[in-house]
Amino acid sequence: MAEVRLESIARECRVQILRMLAHAGSGHPGGSLSVIDILTTLFFGRLRYDAKRPDWPDRDRVVLSKGHAVPALYAVLAKAGYFPEKSLITLRKLGSPLQGHPDRTMLPGIEAATGSLGQGLSISLGLSLGLKLAGSSARVYCVLGDGETQEGQVWEAAMAAPKLGQPDHALDNLVVILDYNKIQLDNFVKKVLDIEPVTAKWQSFGWPVLEIDGHDIAQITKALDQAEATTGGPTFIVAHTVKGKGVSFMENDPEWHGKAPKPAEAIKAIREVLGITEGAWEEYLKTDSSTRAIVDELAALEKK
Amino acid sequence: MPAKASRAAFGEALLDLGARDERIVTLDADLSKSTMTGNFAKKYPARAFNLGIAESNMIGVGAGLALTGRIPFACSFACFIAGRFETIRISVAYTNANLKIVGTHSGIAIGEDGYSQMGLEDVACIRSLPNIGIIQPADEIETKQAIAYAVEHQGPLYLRLTRQSLEPVCPPDYRFQYGRWLVLRKGHDVTLIGSGGPLFNCLEAAKRLEPDGISAEVINAACIKPLDEELLVQSAGKTGHVVTVEDHTVSGGLGGAVAERLGDLLPTPIKRLGVHGFGESGDQKGLYAKHGLDPAGIAASVKKFLHR
Repeated sequence: MAEVRLESIARECRVQILRMLAHAGSGHPGGSLSVIDILTTLFFGRLRYDAKRPDWPDRDRVVLSKGHAVPALYAVLAKAGYFPEKSLITLRKLGSPLQGHPDRTMLPGIEAATGSLGQGLSISLGLSLGLKLAGSSARVYCVLGDGETQEGQVWEAAMAAPKLGQPDHALDNLVVILDYNKIQLDNFVKKVLDIEPVTAKWQSFGWPVLEIDGHDIAQITKALDQAEATTGGPTFIVAHTVKGKGVSFMENDPEWHGKAPKPAEAIKAIREVLGITEGAWEEYLKTDSSTRAIVDELAALEKK
Repeated sequence: MPAKASRAAFGEALLDLGARDERIVTLDADLSKSTMTGNFAKKYPARAFNLGIAESNMIGVGAGLALTGRIPFACSFACFIAGRFETIRISVAYTNANLKIVGTHSGIAIGEDGYSQMGLEDVACIRSLPNIGIIQPADEIETKQAIAYAVEHQGPLYLRLTRQSLEPVCPPDYRFQYGRWLVLRKGHDVTLIGSGGPLFNCLEAAKRLEPDGISAEVINAACIKPLDEELLVQSAGKTGHVVTVEDHTVSGGLGGAVAERLGDLLPTPIKRLGVHGFGESGDQKGLYAKHGLDPAGIAASVKKFLHR
């Protein structure tokens, strides 16, 4: 039951991701669609937070280290009540707090400025350690990109995390999730600079490693349960994902790493995400007024 | 008061402040013996973290700790701090994390270890970032007050400290004020603006200029960012000639900051003294003489600048 609900939220978030990227005219759909099931499970099945008190000291934290996937984070934050969903179409526009990459000082709910890759894990270590020192039971979830782990700072942090704070303040409040969608900006990760063997690498740095399908809500939930039950240090989850997941023409195509869909493409993508055939689309829209509004808005944008 | 390195005064100040404020933690990258946080670590082992030779991670961890309400001091040599500019840019400055970054071993004054260990470009790099302030104390009393201030200051700071001992230059009743400079010696022909290590030499140079009929005003610019614009304009307006003195590359540091602001506010002839090119191994005295940062060198530059 819980999974059906989360899958439904993830679908709605995918629609919002495609909508906001089309309005922005630039941005990163591939990695946003690969990470959205993970973020949905975290925000609606796991985290303790209060959108009305974004500075609540004991809130759980999510650090989206792969900051270019921030449309996915904006979609879940809006759904969680941090700001209205109508703000999503201000993404990347002058004066909007919805910056092209996350800005913590402009938007409540963002825990760290990221986007310059390789820095989020270090910040997450500091957050985890600080929470432990403060005696808080809050937890920290850091989401890494696969290409991002080519950055050296990631490995400085990877080496430090299992040892940091030992023995009294071990970072068992930290979970790192790798969004392993196998594609980076230039090409497939294994063609640019292969990061394999991923599991063995992190294990050799002292991390317990779990491997899951990052689009299977039940598997994500189970891995988060296992991580929460782990004491004495942080946990690493390798989430195998599909770049552009849910949109046939975006899936597994490096071209869609950093290219926004045109409004007509976004409408087609939204239809696919919702699982509606082309023939049934008009009839479907008569039954779904919120999607109808989004589609009309995109159609108007196409004409501009 | 005997001469003392600002890094040593920093270590003592931390011990004292750490007893009063539980939020203070130290972060090091295998240089705690040199940055002088070692005694803090001995006294408060649960609040001192050695991240190994991994400065980028140290700075990022510091930013994260700051976001949970700790007051971390992340310490290394000034050169290795500046080398992690990208992490400072995003994780600290853009994040506006309340992290105190401490760069010791600033300048050519470290001497024998040579250029790779000399912090010569740190001010130029960090000065370009919004949100983060830069403080360079000039003696023991000022260092201790600056560190105490740093604990209270909301927002990121960069504290630039020395390996070498510093003669006292500030009066005993000195009170450090953020963004404020101090006139150490009044004068009317030229304004000598110094900071940190070479400040004592500015005072000595001013004495040497006296017999030549040159009255030099000497200002302690402990706060490199923000500058004390009021005092800068007041003194430059009075003397009509400004000379900056720093143990840092002559581009982009204190001299650059002063030239930029004077250009905006009160265009004034300015001579910037500092390090040209890379540093090199040698004794501190010899290096300061070679780069014209000793009293004789500063006095000679001033005379030439004033066509005397």
